[in-house]
Amino acid sequence: MSQERTHTDHILPNKTYLLVAAALLVFTAITVRVSFIDLGGYNAIAAIAIATFKALLVSFFFMHLLYDKKIYLFVFSIGLLFVGVFIALTMFDTLRRADIYDVTAEPIQKDAVIYQENPADSTRADERSGQH
Amino acid sequence: MSLAHNHPAYLAHHFSDMEQQKASAKLGMWIFLLTEILLFGGLFCAYAVFRSWNPQMFLNAHKHLNVILGTVNTAVLISSSLTMALAIRSLQVDKKRPAIIFLLLTLAFAATFLVIKYFEYAHKIHLGQLPGKFYTYTGIEGTNPHIFFSIYFAMTGLHGLHILVGMIVISWVLVNTVKDKYSSEYYTPVENAGLYWHLVDLIWIYLFPLLYLIG
Amino acid sequence: MSEDQASFLNYPRGIKSWLFTLDHKRIGLMYLIAIMFFFFVGGVLAMLIRLELFSPGKTIMEAHTYNQMFTLHGAIMIFLFIIPVIPAALGNFVLPLMLGAKDVAFPRLNLLSFYIYIFGALFALYSIITGAVDTGWTFYTPYSTESTTSVISMTFGVFILGFSSILTGLNFIVTIHKLRAPGLTWFNQPLFIWGLYATAIIQVLATPVLSITLVLLILEKAFGIGIFDPAMGGDPVLYQHFFWFYSHPAVYIMILPGMGIISETITVFSRKKIFGYKAIAFSSLAIAFVSFLVWGHHMFTSGQSEIAAMIFSFLTFLVGIPSGIKIFNWLATLYRGQISFEAPMLYTLSFLFLFTIGGLTGIFLGTLALDVHLHDTYFVVAHFHYVMMGGTVMAFLAGLHYWWPKIFGRLYNETLAKIAALFIFVGFNATFFVQFILGSRGMPRRYYNYLDQFQPLHAFSSVGSWIMAVGFLIMGFYLISSLFNGKRAGKNPWGALGLEWTISSPPPHDNFAVTPQVSHGPYDYDKIAVERD
Repeated sequence: MSQERTHTDHILPNKTYLLVAAALLVFTAITVRVSFIDLGGYNAIAAIAIATFKALLVSFFFMHLLYDKKIYLFVFSIGLLFVGVFIALTMFDTLRRADIYDVTAEPIQKDAVIYQENPADSTRADERSGQH
Repeated sequence: MSLAHNHPAYLAHHFSDMEQQKASAKLGMWIFLLTEILLFGGLFCAYAVFRSWNPQMFLNAHKHLNVILGTVNTAVLISSSLTMALAIRSLQVDKKRPAIIFLLLTLAFAATFLVIKYFEYAHKIHLGQLPGKFYTYTGIEGTNPHIFFSIYFAMTGLHGLHILVGMIVISWVLVNTVKDKYSSEYYTPVENAGLYWHLVDLIWIYLFPLLYLIG
Repeated sequence: MSEDQASFLNYPRGIKSWLFTLDHKRIGLMYLIAIMFFFFVGGVLAMLIRLELFSPGKTIMEAHTYNQMFTLHGAIMIFLFIIPVIPAALGNFVLPLMLGAKDVAFPRLNLLSFYIYIFGALFALYSIITGAVDTGWTFYTPYSTESTTSVISMTFGVFILGFSSILTGLNFIVTIHKLRAPGLTWFNQPLFIWGLYATAIIQVLATPVLSITLVLLILEKAFGIGIFDPAMGGDPVLYQHFFWFYSHPAVYIMILPGMGIISETITVFSRKKIFGYKAIAFSSLAIAFVSFLVWGHHMFTSGQSEIAAMIFSFLTFLVGIPSGIKIFNWLATLYRGQISFEAPMLYTLSFLFLFTIGGLTGIFLGTLALDVHLHDTYFVVAHFHYVMMGGTVMAFLAGLHYWWPKIFGRLYNETLAKIAALFIFVGFNATFFVQFILGSRGMPRRYYNYLDQFQPLHAFSSVGSWIMAVGFLIMGFYLISSLFNGKRAGKNPWGALGLEWTISSPPPHDNFAVTPQVSHGPYDYDKIAVERD
């Protein structure tokens, strides 16, 4: 069977792998450095953005998504999309609970060691109302 | 069986050629990785919900994680991903000896990661920074700091388990490489082990800033 | 006779050749036997529950036993019967045949998934012996973390079963993509394949979330991590989000392959090309996609935010669109067809009646304001059974009767089959239709005791369950006896198109001696005259 390898495998040069790894290390250093600068609310966004860039490097080059059949990229994207749907729709609930009715409840004290040891702690409801 | 002639040993009977078998294995692997993404997705969702409820507590609690060890571990995992990619490349060009060396290096990096993780865990257990009802530490201000450690241990624990499974898989392809089972014609198991390993790295790339670098 | 000797049933021989088989047909058959066993167990539990509810107060069992009974009925029927039954048993058998392939893409994973199923089932059985779970099949926190029954072993069993489901789904997606016979394009493959494909997508996307949910639940119970425990700053409603992100799509894992079967049988028994092939195919994918956006309709009264409830209610109505498209296409297929009423067709028509009722009552429940009144009543129980039993089980029975001659090479007694179908249809409606009335009048689900005014309807429902049981007993009798003295089936007893009917019944070990070439659509009954054989 001569046509066993109808398409040639994508063999990247060693240099590409080394450069990608170097970039990953550099961005690791950057993300650590950035986390010590106070950007207000943007620290989390910066961290996620850098992580996503690193993730793209790993998936595109180390996992060959950039060169391989596009269906693998599609499968991968579907995974990210549905994790996004899961988190987004769940947080539509968890972040918006007191919108119409006041449902701020006292925590249940019952046999929770935590509350017995730290009575001075503020309740979760307090912290949430502080956000608004 | 009309295909019996000139049929490579590694081609299963229900595939018509290597191309079909290889593409099937790879698609199967990617779908498996998809399930892994959704599996961790659940934990990321829990993280997002509790962090949005207790932003200050997360900020206070994360300072008790060791950024230096976390950074070193990130570098270790990136290096292991590099050696894994190079091992596959070596097989693609039929260089068996470098492939074996790169696979051994990958295993060594993975072990390093786990050893460092062990020291981190030991330190936390010593201080009582433990999940849920085992939490006895008193030095963190804010509501329910034990939740942070519940999530920390669940996420890094599940990730560590994946590292362990990855080491087993890599050891297995290493043994088969030594036994000359792979060549540029057939290295699908190594390639799939590599995909798995890169995904484990990729998840850590998110875990690291979310847990160690909250700001 | 030489044909029979080469069939997959007796080649190769020996018990080991079955236990270690990689043949998708044998694995499908082993699945079928195991799953039917659990269907029987779950059915017996259902009969006991209905008997207990015959009269208020204690009839045959204590309240605690009753709680365990309905939990086990739910958990066994859902995780051990209805999720795997069509894909893992019938799908496993038929899918490669329909594709013109020798096997599924990963035969070893297929066998592994069977043994994982058995292993998970053993865990579930173990939990029954060591004090059966009494939480309901949903394992809601905080009760599940406090219940002293064997929640951990049961949830661990379900966790293991999840892997079996994932492996089946993964295997099917790759098989459908990669192992197609030459000429079999995506739009001339049978619609059952589309159904299995959409199912498999949900299986691989949703089941991992169930896994992590159960891991967190076990950690919560074993180590008190507090994520779902309100006493420790956790949130029990979050558990419900996690659980329903899997379990709502899971009901489409149950119904989509059933819809695939209906698309097959309805064309064969009305000798007519399917109406709206692409609409049916794409509506399967649409249902799979929308199924991930509606889970919050299980939580309208659980304390989720009002805005989330409104969004989920709106999205829930979207499910009605692709489901309606399918129903109307099937009806249009029947229109002016040459309908013959063999057993598979009787179950197919039952499906159309019952699923329509189940689907429309689902729209009632998805309506936010109405759900406040109807939630957690028998209305929900009736809706769910109309969709799952009236929908999936009827479709499964249609498929089982349709492919039975292909699987075993024997014909069952058609007269008895028609009588059984009648008993099941009448018994089903007698059992569950009154539950809509009970529910709308305020009878809560899962209750052990009830007010005297509900007694006549409860008794009616229980009597209905006995009629249904008679139907299933008749079915068991004629199906099993067909194996010993049924007439031998030819290649194509229904005169159906489709690759699985071009080979002998039961199929030979290797499926196809020569890889088939496909040159026509799966339902071209208008162009091709197929003889019954």
